Amino acid sequence: MAAPMATTIAQFENVGLRYGTGAETLSDISFSLDGGGFYFLTGPSGAGKTSLLKLLYLALRPSRGLIRLFDEDVVTLPRDRLPGFRRRIGVVFQDFRLVPHLSAFDNIALPLRVAGVEETELATPVNEMLAWVGLSDRASARPATLSGGEQQRVAIARAVIGRPEILIADEPTGNVDPEMAARLLHLFDALNKLGTTLVVATHDIHLLSRVSAAQMMRLEGGRLSDPTGALKNPPREPRGTRSGKSAK
Amino acid sequence: MSLPFAASPAERRLLTEGRLSGPMPWVIAIMMFLTVLAAAGGLALNHAASNVTGSIAQRITVQIVEANPDLREAQTRAAMAALGDMEGVTEVVRVSDEEIDALIEPWIGAAGDEEGIPVPTMIDAALTEAAHNDLERIEAAVVDAAPAARVDDHAQFLAPLAGLIGSLTWLAFALVLLTASALAASVILAVRAALNTHRSTIEVLHLMGATDVQIARLFQRRIALDALFGGLVGFLVAVVVLLLLGQRIGAVGSELLGSATLPLSAWIILALLPLAGAAVSTLVARYTVIGVLKKLL
Repeated sequence: MAAPMATTIAQFENVGLRYGTGAETLSDISFSLDGGGFYFLTGPSGAGKTSLLKLLYLALRPSRGLIRLFDEDVVTLPRDRLPGFRRRIGVVFQDFRLVPHLSAFDNIALPLRVAGVEETELATPVNEMLAWVGLSDRASARPATLSGGEQQRVAIARAVIGRPEILIADEPTGNVDPEMAARLLHLFDALNKLGTTLVVATHDIHLLSRVSAAQMMRLEGGRLSDPTGALKNPPREPRGTRSGKSAK
Repeated sequence: MSLPFAASPAERRLLTEGRLSGPMPWVIAIMMFLTVLAAAGGLALNHAASNVTGSIAQRITVQIVEANPDLREAQTRAAMAALGDMEGVTEVVRVSDEEIDALIEPWIGAAGDEEGIPVPTMIDAALTEAAHNDLERIEAAVVDAAPAARVDDHAQFLAPLAGLIGSLTWLAFALVLLTASALAASVILAVRAALNTHRSTIEVLHLMGATDVQIARLFQRRIALDALFGGLVGFLVAVVVLLLLGQRIGAVGSELLGSATLPLSAWIILALLPLAGAAVSTLVARYTVIGVLKKLL
C-alpha cells in the first residue's frame, strides 16, 4: 500500500527577490515543503539563505513569483492578515534577538503574550519550556547574563512555545560549541517527531549527516542548485517549475 | 476586562516601563503651562467682552448742554421724565454734581465748582437690547423733551475696545491651537525616537505576529502617562501664576481690568486641558506608531 501523501505546507514557484534596484539576491527559487518534514538549507555565506528564510517567515515579500503558505498565497495576502500567519511560524534568529530587558521567562512568554494568553495561564507552559531546554534555574536571568548557548536555547524555547507549524532556524549552531550544537539538533529532532516542520539554515556539513530523515536544499549565488547530485532527498520542486521541464 | 485602547498588564511588560522618559514630560509641562495661560487669557477676555457688550454697552449718557442754569435744570428734569416714561429704559440716574466735578477736575481743576462756568448735567440710562437697537427713537424723544440734550451711546465709543478685546480673544485661542499643535509635534518626535530605540524589540514582536494596534498600545500608554504627568505639572504652575495675576489685577482697581476675571466655567475648562492634552497625545502616539508600522511588511 502506498504511503499517504504528505500535505504541502509551503510552496515556492519561480520566486525572485531583489533589494532595491540591485541584482536579484534570489532567482527562480522553486520547491515544496511537506508538513512534518525536516529540511536543511545549505550553501556558502552570501548565497541567500537568510533572504530565503525571511521570505518563508514573512519578513519580506518576493519581487516576483508565487509563495503559498498553509495553502494561501501570501504574496498578495492583505497586510492585516499576516500576523495570523506569523503566529503559525516559529523563528530562531541567527543573532537570537532576545529582548534585553526581559528575563528568560518573559522572553519565552513573548509569543503567548502576543497571542493574548492570560497571565495566569503563562507559568505552566513557560516553565515546561524552560525545563525542556534545561534552563529552569535561569528563568529570571536577563539575556546579558546568559551564555551564548543559553541564549540560543531561550531563543529556541521562544520559537516553539506557541506550537508553530513551521520552525525556521537561521544558523542555529553558528555561535555554539560542537557539544551544544549536538544538543540543539537533538531538540530540533524531538520537535520534528512531534510533527513540527523544520527548516534549518546551516553551513555546518557535520550537522547534515546527523538527521537521517532530513532533506536538503542547497543555495548558491541565489539559486537552488545540486551540481553534484549529492544532496540527499532534495525537496521536490512544484510541478512544472523545474527548468527545462515545464509542464505541457 | 481590558479596554481595547489600553495595553493589558501582559502587554505592558513587552517594553521597558520608563515613567519619566527623558525630557518628554517636561516639554509637555511647558506646553501645557503656555496652553493654560493662553486659554485663561482667551476665556477672561471673552468674559470681559461679554461684560462690555452686555452691561456697559447697553447704556447711554444724556448731556444737557445749556448755558442757562435754570433752563438746564428744567431740561434735565424733562429729559429724565421722558426717559422714565419710555419703554425699554430700565434705569435712569442723574449723575451728581460732585461726580461731574470729579470727572472734569483733571482737565479744568476746581474751576468747575465756580459760578459762571457752565457744566452740562448728565443722565445715565440703561436700556434693554431691543431699546438699544432702536436708539434713534429714544434720542428723538429725549431731544423733543429737552432740545439741549445730546445722547451718547456707550456702545459707540466702546466699539474699538470691544473690537480689540475680540481680536485678543481670537489671538489667545489661536495660541492655544498653536501650542496644542506644538504638543502634538513633540509627541510625534518622541514616539519616533522611542520607535527607533525599541526597533529590534518591535521587529521581533512584529515577526511573532503582534498586530500594529498591539504595538501601538505599548507606546500610547507610555505617552499618555508622560502627557498626564507633564500636563498636570504645567496646569498647576499656570494656576499659581493666574492666581497671582488675579491678585495684582484686583490691586489695580480698574473696572475694565476687573471685568477680565475667570468664571467657574472657565476654571472647569482649564482643568480639563491636561486631560485633553493626554487624550490628544495618546491619539497622536497611536496613529504615529501605526503609520510607521504600516511601512513595514
